[in-house]
Amino acid sequence: MANQFHVDVVAVEESVWSGDAEIVIAKTVEGELGILHGHMPLLGQLAEPSQVRIRQSSGQDLTFEVTGGFLSVTADGVTVLAEDCQPTSPSN
Amino acid sequence: MPAQLQTLRRRIRTVKSTRKITKAQELVATSRIAKAQERVAAARPYAEAITGVLTALASSTNALDHPLLVPRERVQRAGVLVITSDRGLCGAYNANAIRTTEELIARLRHDGKEPVLYVIGRKGVTYYRFRNRPIEASWTGFSERPDFDNAREVGESLIAAFVAGAAGDNGNGGPGVDELHIVSTQFKSLMTQTPAARFLAPMQVEEPEEGVLPSYEFEPEAELLLDALLPKYINTRIFAALLDSAASESASRRRAMKAATDNAEELLKKYTRDMNSARQAGITQEISEIVGGANALAAAGSEE
Repeated sequence: MANQFHVDVVAVEESVWSGDAEIVIAKTVEGELGILHGHMPLLGQLAEPSQVRIRQSSGQDLTFEVTGGFLSVTADGVTVLAEDCQPTSPSN
Repeated sequence: MPAQLQTLRRRIRTVKSTRKITKAQELVATSRIAKAQERVAAARPYAEAITGVLTALASSTNALDHPLLVPRERVQRAGVLVITSDRGLCGAYNANAIRTTEELIARLRHDGKEPVLYVIGRKGVTYYRFRNRPIEASWTGFSERPDFDNAREVGESLIAAFVAGAAGDNGNGGPGVDELHIVSTQFKSLMTQTPAARFLAPMQVEEPEEGVLPSYEFEPEAELLLDALLPKYINTRIFAALLDSAASESASRRRAMKAATDNAEELLKKYTRDMNSARQAGITQEISEIVGGANALAAAGSEE
């Protein structure tokens, strides 16, 4: 349980999802990366279009289809900023 | 006096139908305020997040010579974006926004800058078109329910004009602008909405306190990120202003329509009283005519 961190997914018009996760997998313009607890602060522009996968503590995966997105990792957690963000049906 | 009665009846009918309209408008506006406020609140997390990200980015790089951040040495043309409503019946909402714009324009002229108008909302467009003032660009049809797409559309053409600068070409054949201002109405409370003029570009970066922010890793490089983020930030600012203005418009309309409904009710009361007393006066006069006539007949009969 110690390896969880807080994730916010916010779109322009509303906050889409907020909760704790074990790993966040996203694709920036420079390549795909997975973020675990304690990742160093990072600011990235997400690839266009891209998918953001969030594995919750329950082991369930959430997937969001993101356009115009940014990823911000700080000590407090991860924020995904999106101009448009649609949840896709949970995979796995 | 049947003629006077007729007019009063007609007036009562008119006031009643007016009251029906204003009452309906008032109710619609009331429900819209709540919705607009929800949207303002819903858009806040993104605005806060993007502000935080930008601050972090700006403070951990030396790449602050981005065109959207640096004030131009000579400002020839200044763009002014004014947000008005599409429909009327909203009290002094548009008048106030336009007055603030005019003050800003006067100040810009005084500083030797040529103001360039960008207008959102049919009322603003009508105002300036009627006065034969040139409008650089205008957008209408979404003042009550702005989408982010609307803000993006506005933002993109403003940024294009700004990046081009007064010396350059804005892509439509005309020169661009060196500064961007935005005039929007801020929703303070249900009773108070104040129009305000603010800077949109170049943006002022606040220097954060030393050592608070962690050093970031950037993907891609900071300059490229700034390039991508700054226009989005401007769009977000415009969107926030649009939402705030939409809430203010509804609040303003609700207040105006409430006043109109109250006035209509007062008028109705007055007209009904007038009508009743006119009717009563008619009856009294008829009775006194009959009594007078009967008395005259009786007097004439007794003399014979």
